[in-house]
Amino acid sequence: MNKLTAIFDSRRTWAWPYLLFLILFVVLPLFLIIFYAFTTPDRHFTINNFLQFFHTTEAVNTFIYSIAIAFITTLICLLLGYPAAYIMATAEFNTPQVMAMLFILPMWINFLLRTLATVELFNMFSIPLGEGALLYGMCYDFLPFMIYPIYNTIQKMDYSLIEAARDLGANKREVFTKVILPLSAPGIYSGIIMVFMPTVSTFAIAELLTRNKITLFGSLIQRAFGEGGLTMWNYGAALSLIMLIIISLTSFFGNQDDNETKTNGLL
Amino acid sequence: MESSQIEAKKRQRNLLTRRIFAQAYLWLLIVFLYAPILLIIIFSFTRSKVLGNWTGFTFDLYQNLFTGYDYVAQVHVDPNLYYSLFYTLLIAIVAATFSTLLGTLAAIGIYNMRQQQRRAIQFLNSIPMINPDILTGISLFLLFVFLNISRGLTTVIIAHVVFCTPYVVLSVMPRLTKMNPNIYEAALDLGATPFQALRKVMMPELWPGMLSGFILSVTLSIDDFGVTFFTKGSGGLDTLSTFIYADARKGGLTPELRPLFSLIFVTMLILLLIINIRANKQAKKN
Repeated sequence: MNKLTAIFDSRRTWAWPYLLFLILFVVLPLFLIIFYAFTTPDRHFTINNFLQFFHTTEAVNTFIYSIAIAFITTLICLLLGYPAAYIMATAEFNTPQVMAMLFILPMWINFLLRTLATVELFNMFSIPLGEGALLYGMCYDFLPFMIYPIYNTIQKMDYSLIEAARDLGANKREVFTKVILPLSAPGIYSGIIMVFMPTVSTFAIAELLTRNKITLFGSLIQRAFGEGGLTMWNYGAALSLIMLIIISLTSFFGNQDDNETKTNGLL
Repeated sequence: MESSQIEAKKRQRNLLTRRIFAQAYLWLLIVFLYAPILLIIIFSFTRSKVLGNWTGFTFDLYQNLFTGYDYVAQVHVDPNLYYSLFYTLLIAIVAATFSTLLGTLAAIGIYNMRQQQRRAIQFLNSIPMINPDILTGISLFLLFVFLNISRGLTTVIIAHVVFCTPYVVLSVMPRLTKMNPNIYEAALDLGATPFQALRKVMMPELWPGMLSGFILSVTLSIDDFGVTFFTKGSGGLDTLSTFIYADARKGGLTPELRPLFSLIFVTMLILLLIINIRANKQAKKN
């Protein structure tokens, strides 16, 4: 009993249940992706799953195409989102506080339903569903994720630095490129990650927005697990591993404290 | 004297135009974000099966939604709509509760760890946040298949706890850093048991962090599609997300979804406005 109290007294141990949970439901499943990717359905080692991917031109093209789409979406969101975040966060423009709220509110409507409404919007003006619709829909779904982290970093910025730059003779452009932009870099990083990650991996949005005309890498993975049946799981795991590598590389470029910006951004 | 006055006036006018342009730009984005939502709300007041086809103003869809029966067409509203709504809320509340408890305990533990251990567990904690939903979903799918666990309500709840808890940990951590570390020890010295000290000393301090972690978890859980999709199994369990996805692939959405989401949206809008007005009043008082 004394020993038990001792364990409880050292509050370090309070994290143990969660640690166990993380190992069982986060670490082990990730290793299972690697395990399935390198095995046959009867559990023998193989690299055929990867060869199958690299030998299917269609799959490789889809992969490259998805990355390109995610890249363009992220760029558009950044170009649209940065000015918006800047206008809302800087006192100069006198933006009412409620504006910032208005930008998160759409997230409360299920994103699939919003995507479907976008489809109907296109149908109403008889715009064909294709690449343009896909890009529009993706930007539409993920723009708030770009605006929020940037808004937060600009808002927390030390304004005396800007005043100092002005006093020291910097003109407007110099103040922006040499002070404001570098200071908002952490927000830009997390914004890029928060938009790029989901766009590179999405499958439902592309399926709904293009009526299955355009296949993205996420849909390839989903099909391997959904319609492929047992024999396709190992192939699907190989595709997942490729995506996992892309994700790890991307997050590697993000900085350490982007987690903080993320949560602050959402609430 | 005069020239400087003109200069000042010019600057004033410049600022005004800049402001007008800036506000116009924001409103343009707002229109971009709200156009589809407005479409849903407008077409919740007409009976047509497809969105975009106006067949006259009526509250029929709202009536159908609440009674579960379409008196004009003489058919029942798809019961799966209600099941999926029920399960969406059930999963969100149960998963958020578990996440809040697990995450709060974990945050206290992590806070008391040494630097190295702390970094390691914080890295593990960040994996579910960085991982896209499809990878979280597939990795858990493989785990449940590997362990021969049949997928259903329990596996979905576990999966939701996986991606919600990291956010609870991150919401509670800042409260711990702000807290005076000695008051817990003081409570123990004054004869409180660790449980009493936790409940009476720590909880009141951590409460706001736990609450925002809980709300964030509920939000994430309700909005999730990818993870639920891979962990729900084929037993007919659906949340609103997977229901909408299946519905859309069959062609034609259940029209009653329109009033449902219009109501959710208007409720959220009102809540946010109230919070905002209150915050403004508070700010003015100070």
